[in-house]
Amino acid sequence: MAILLFADHDNAALSEQTAKTLTAASQIGGEVDILIAGQNAGGAAAEAASLAGVRSVILAEAEALEHRLAEPTAALIVALAADYDSIIAPATTTGKNVMPRVAALLDVMQISEVIEVVAADTFKRPIYAGNAIEVVQSTEAKTVLTVRTAGFAAAGAAEAAAPVKTVEATAEGADLSRFLENTLSQSDRPELNAAKIIVSGGRALGSDEKFRELLNPVADKLGAAVGASRAAVDSGYAPNDLQVGQTGKIVAPDLYVACGISGAIQHLAGMKDSKVIVAINTDEEAPIFQVADYGIVGDLFEILPEIERQL
Amino acid sequence: MKVLVPVKRVVDHNVKIRVKADGSGVDLANVKMSMNPFDEIAIEEAVRLKEAGTADEVIAVSVGPAQAQDVLRTALAMGADRAILITVDGAVEPLAVAKLLKGVVATEEPGLVILGKQAIDDDCNQTGQMLSALLGWSQATFASEIVLAGGKAKVTREVDGGLQAIEVALPAIVTADLRLNEPRYASLPNIMKAKKKPLDSKTPEDFGVTVAPRLSVLRVEEPAARTAGIKVGSVAELLDKLKTEAGVI
Repeated sequence: MAILLFADHDNAALSEQTAKTLTAASQIGGEVDILIAGQNAGGAAAEAASLAGVRSVILAEAEALEHRLAEPTAALIVALAADYDSIIAPATTTGKNVMPRVAALLDVMQISEVIEVVAADTFKRPIYAGNAIEVVQSTEAKTVLTVRTAGFAAAGAAEAAAPVKTVEATAEGADLSRFLENTLSQSDRPELNAAKIIVSGGRALGSDEKFRELLNPVADKLGAAVGASRAAVDSGYAPNDLQVGQTGKIVAPDLYVACGISGAIQHLAGMKDSKVIVAINTDEEAPIFQVADYGIVGDLFEILPEIERQL
Repeated sequence: MKVLVPVKRVVDHNVKIRVKADGSGVDLANVKMSMNPFDEIAIEEAVRLKEAGTADEVIAVSVGPAQAQDVLRTALAMGADRAILITVDGAVEPLAVAKLLKGVVATEEPGLVILGKQAIDDDCNQTGQMLSALLGWSQATFASEIVLAGGKAKVTREVDGGLQAIEVALPAIVTADLRLNEPRYASLPNIMKAKKKPLDSKTPEDFGVTVAPRLSVLRVEEPAARTAGIKVGSVAELLDKLKTEAGVI
């Protein structure tokens, strides 16, 4: 059994989600090759080669792959697919964009957002925003999977680096779409998907100024990432990439502090696997308290500054 | 230009679903069903393109049971011109839906297909990408803005790190994210008018597609339950618990 892992990276460095997906791949069992598709991606390839449990790293570099647009990236993976029984990727926006295209080109039904490997062909995945868990078995010749990485630990470092092989990237599909620009959030805080602590705000913050003014100092003291509910993002208090929930980021930090978040089903779907949940809300009936380990009923505008002072 | 919008009938997003005790699935008996919320956004975007004079005709299509007519009527009431129902009983996987939609695209020849990025029942997030692959078209997923000009679409996509702008050649597949627009409510006169708009019925056989599932669902489980913890009276008590009891700060 051989597994091809389509890595998530920014050319310079590998994302932690790739190391977590490697753990899921190892649980399926078999030899794992990591595919680095990119441009000037030697840095990411070297990091991938240093992970424990990697047979080899396949490096494909081309201008069309720099931003891993779906069409050329899927064509590349399909060209490599013959040698593999399973193709796996983290369920990042890149993985979610590319993998169903790969699956359809291979005439395979994809299994999305795997949270547990039951057997090499059987997986658990959440449906209905995580309100039910489906156990599915594939009858396909190949499996195509995306992994919800929050539930998997990152693979460790290898004693010796795996070999890096270079492959030619086909130009197929490169004329269909063109990258224009990225508008990425700049922040010194940890990324939501990798953070041990997340301080998250809801609509109760009232404005983007208050959102920053109240949450940032607490997050800075805790070394935490900042998250937001859909309501806060829709209201313009926080950018879309901070959204935690069914359609935003799925996180499972050691500590999740929900500030002024009522706890809509779709938000809970994104954070209820956190180890410890703290809820701060004026409404003591808010559903968030039903999943919180520690709750404080009270005014955010007093409690958050008080937390910052006492930390 | 024609715009095709596939829509799915799903459990209404306000319903708290229940897993059947025997683990055979989710209890759908007597549960309120509605159009998938992301598909409403897709319909809204297509109707706005028509109102702006960019699109000539908006066609809604659904794959599902006879009752999926209801969500097609909703699409017609929102402003779609006509509808196609491909009747299938039971669950249909995204790959099969994409194959059926490919058949619809072959006859209708739309310049743009807008889909919701995922259905809120199976949460697969696959159909648009698969349809794009089967057609060999360009794809722009998770769109928060679409600008059409000169035979191309400039699409702003919601990605993990922020936003990404790409340009795709038409015809193209675009999937709608939450912030693409706010769907309108259909007015009563439009709901009445929608009843007279054409709705064609098709079957998978019309497209030569088999819809037999490729994955077998062995069982459906309740997620691990979290129990409510305790309420603390002060910030000092909270921080003490987090330090000593939970050990997370």
